[in-house]
Amino acid sequence: MASIPAQRTRPRFNIVMVLYILFMLLPIYWLINMSLKTNAEIISTFSLWPQNLTFANYATILTDSSWYLGYVNSMIYVSINMVISLVVALPAAYAFSRYSFMGDKHLFFWLLTNRMSPPAVFALPFFQLYSSVGLFDTHIAVALAHTLFNVPLAVWILEGFMRGVPKEIDETAYIDGYSFPRFFVRIFTPLISSGIGVAAFFIFMFSWVELLLSRTLTSVNAKPIAAVMTRTVSASGMDWGVLAAAGVLTILPGALVIYFVRNHIAKGFALGRV
Amino acid sequence: MALEFQGVSKVVNGQVHIHPTDLMLHSGTMNVLLGPTLSGKTSLMRLMAGLDVPNTGRILWQGKDVTGMRVQDRKVAMVYQQFINYPSMSVYDNIASPMRLMGKSATEVDKAVHKAADLMRLSPFLDRKPLELSGGQQQRCALARALVKDAGLVLLDEPLANLDYKLREELRSEIPKIFEEAGSIFVYATTEPEEALLLGGNTATVWQGRVIQFGLTPDVYRHPLNATSARVFSDPPMNFLEVRKSGGRLEFGDGQSVAVTGPAAALTDGIYRAGFRPNHLELNQHVKDAMQFNTRLHVTEITGSETFVHLEHHGERWVGLMHGVQDLTLGADLPVWLDPAHVYLFAQDGSLAAPASYAVAA
Repeated sequence: MASIPAQRTRPRFNIVMVLYILFMLLPIYWLINMSLKTNAEIISTFSLWPQNLTFANYATILTDSSWYLGYVNSMIYVSINMVISLVVALPAAYAFSRYSFMGDKHLFFWLLTNRMSPPAVFALPFFQLYSSVGLFDTHIAVALAHTLFNVPLAVWILEGFMRGVPKEIDETAYIDGYSFPRFFVRIFTPLISSGIGVAAFFIFMFSWVELLLSRTLTSVNAKPIAAVMTRTVSASGMDWGVLAAAGVLTILPGALVIYFVRNHIAKGFALGRV
Repeated sequence: MALEFQGVSKVVNGQVHIHPTDLMLHSGTMNVLLGPTLSGKTSLMRLMAGLDVPNTGRILWQGKDVTGMRVQDRKVAMVYQQFINYPSMSVYDNIASPMRLMGKSATEVDKAVHKAADLMRLSPFLDRKPLELSGGQQQRCALARALVKDAGLVLLDEPLANLDYKLREELRSEIPKIFEEAGSIFVYATTEPEEALLLGGNTATVWQGRVIQFGLTPDVYRHPLNATSARVFSDPPMNFLEVRKSGGRLEFGDGQSVAVTGPAAALTDGIYRAGFRPNHLELNQHVKDAMQFNTRLHVTEITGSETFVHLEHHGERWVGLMHGVQDLTLGADLPVWLDPAHVYLFAQDGSLAAPASYAVAA
């Protein structure tokens, strides 16, 4: 008798789940659907799947340098940003987790308040500053601008993970004869690898999807894909199919990153503070 | 060949953790730091290791001043109460790591690691990660790492406190044997007087940031310098009562008295604090001139072979340790006896006035 309620709720629960996933995936499906159609089909008819399957849209993006360089530019500044953010945040988070110094708690909170201001606030000062020092339209300009938001987040996440490592491990390592840099690289970093993975994930996500700063600080040479996509209303009207293909290709890196760090993320949400 | 503290003190945020301390530890000796939690045992060890720098005083190692020297440059090994290993390395790499850092050759490292692993019975687990071991094995891994380092000073900070009873007994008997042949200075912190007695060597009683007494373990046990040292080195704590020496008699309780014998006979008349250990309290009169106390029984705790009785005598809380399982009525009056030969007399300021006569004879 006890098993009957379980049998009843199971299918209903499954139906809810299936519906939920369907609704969640609908926009993504429609995007993929559009990217595989011709412009004529998109505008003229309503079809649930491509009637004339075409990969021409993808071919356009992967052969036209004004398109694929957008991806290259985005990847370059996102990578630079990840490296800078982690290199800066790791020692900072270590200091916050291990030492108490004057105003450490205030400083730690102030870091978070950096996250509270919208990027738009900084668009103007960054634009003027970078223009005057000749950094405008370079990859490093966007990467540096994004560290303003990513370093505090990374420090916050990493500090939570580092706090979970007992201080006695540090001391045992020093007693055993490890110098600080050697201890940090050989012993400490592997212990917080999940935290580094989670921090890297959030850094990537912010930098990859951030549009305003990256568009303001670039014009040609470092133009990111998000900016390329939003400027493609040409004289011949909207190129729907190519835009959809670009959208699909923009989602892919994020999906790949999530796939690779998914175990760390689950662990990370449980251990760190995020 | 010794570690010497000269007026070493440590103050953290205005709080005194260690009062100025002089201490001399000789090589090849086992030294037990005995004291309750927060008494300063770990603070002393951190100063010895060089993890903390003293506020005043000097630390000498083999006659050389090492007060401000980096931890890495000292020949020290330390084992914590928590099982501290490097979780990302295998047990083998854990044990090998201090030797590799010293630049020893691979064959040398391999030999030493296997020897230490054999001693600590870790040989089957060398490929595992420390977190895949049981608690006792994790601590043995930490001990093995301390062992291979061949350090002149080995600090063991309550290494057995987090282990279960059986393992603790096993390791406690092994540790002195294993470290004996190494010839270094051993410092072992513990809260349990029993452990200090089993380990032997020297004992320092530590109380509220001060080293109260330091000497051979049996001497410290039999001749406590003062009431504090006696309290620290007695588990359950020593019982006390007010006595008055007048003429050749010792007056206590409700006008009772016994004849004074042994070292106490030489004392001047006056009020003293008598102390005796819980295991010397008896439920029956064994000697002719035993002191008899009329006490009230509060609680009994039966451990199987022994019974702890918690008594009240003229406002003082006492604990007695009786052999066997005792069936006693709670809340009832209970007469107990004490051989005067087991009584220590302390002066009003707490310093030892006369040791118990049994301790002198021993």
